[in-house]
Amino acid sequence: MDRIPILKLGKALLVTIQVDMHDRLATALEEDLTAKIVSVGARGVLIDISALEIVDSFIGRMLDNIAAVSRVLDARTVVVGMRPAVAITLVELGLSLTGVQTALDVERGIRLIGLSPFEPLSDSEDDDGDSGG
Amino acid sequence: MATTERGALESVLAAHEQEVYQDWIGQLRADGAFTSGRISEGELTGECARFLHLLREAVANGGVDVSGPAFAPVRDLLADVSRARAVQGYSPRETATLVFSLKQPLFQALARHSEGRFDPFKASWDIGAMIDRLGLHTMEVFQSSREQLIRRQQEEISELSTPVIKLWQGVLALPLIGTLDSQRTQVVMENLLESIVQQGAEMAIIDITGVPTVDTLTAQHLLKTVAAARLMGADCIISGIRPQIAQTMVHLGVELSVVSKASLADAFALALAKQGRTVTKIRAPATGSAAV
Repeated sequence: MDRIPILKLGKALLVTIQVDMHDRLATALEEDLTAKIVSVGARGVLIDISALEIVDSFIGRMLDNIAAVSRVLDARTVVVGMRPAVAITLVELGLSLTGVQTALDVERGIRLIGLSPFEPLSDSEDDDGDSGG
Repeated sequence: MATTERGALESVLAAHEQEVYQDWIGQLRADGAFTSGRISEGELTGECARFLHLLREAVANGGVDVSGPAFAPVRDLLADVSRARAVQGYSPRETATLVFSLKQPLFQALARHSEGRFDPFKASWDIGAMIDRLGLHTMEVFQSSREQLIRRQQEEISELSTPVIKLWQGVLALPLIGTLDSQRTQVVMENLLESIVQQGAEMAIIDITGVPTVDTLTAQHLLKTVAAARLMGADCIISGIRPQIAQTMVHLGVELSVVSKASLADAFALALAKQGRTVTKIRAPATGSAAV
């Protein structure tokens, strides 16, 4: 089964969804992402959905779930690059993703979570302790 | 029996088309159809002659069955005429009278020339029913042309009144004018979201100075737009809520759970502040002649 790659950028994780999401893929992504947040001690998750053209209530709920799980693990989720049609669909479905932060593109998303992707892990002294958590 | 009745109308039309035509024009003249000034006499009489001619052929081929294939040319002609009437601004009565005024000349011709060959009641019943259905057909086309006209104008209005303006790098303004219904909200929302993507705007100001009333439905539509913009990563500010509307909204219990400012200027200042910008005076205002 194909999986969606999760890239590590310093203390942030970047997920770029470039294929149409089906339900199995979405569930797998949720599991992989949760495991990865714990293993690298990520403080932010960027989900780039600029290539996603079709969205249904399941995908909408998945985004909400990922945000909730990340929050529990002390990482902030930012959904970036949502297309207008997708945004309208989600609003019409009644999913306004209140727990998720949003940004126009990856660059702004990185700025929003306040983590420089080029900062090595060992340089940040303040959260060395809880990264293993 | 039916064949003889068909024969009544057919033979009268075949032998006395000219007479019926003259009577009909006279009838129309008496009704004042030529004095309206919207259509020339030649044009109207031409239409009448063409209609009678087509009617005669249709009756010869298909009897009085108006919905049959033989009547297709007649129906098409009536459709064209009534569409034209709808665009020219005729009243429904004037349009329908054109067809219904043919009834009397036909009856008269029938009475004069039947010479006891046909059952007059059956023949007039058939003719009456035929004319009525042709008249109804005319009205249907008239009505639908008018509705089309209204729909097209509605579309034009909604297109016209939803411009998205770039106020500053990354700041958009959307001045809304007119009532917000769900269809317009859709257009507004799409326009705004497309512009947000195109310009990479992080702030959007929705100005509702031109919205006459805000009820719960309008508020819901506004909130939908704000929610969709937020999903894409842009913040919305609503501005231009007039005093009376603010009062009405509070009385109705309408909650706009978004940032709102009284004027577009305030909203713009807030948008700039969120970008870390501010507007300052660079010197004291020029007094007297040293302007520019």
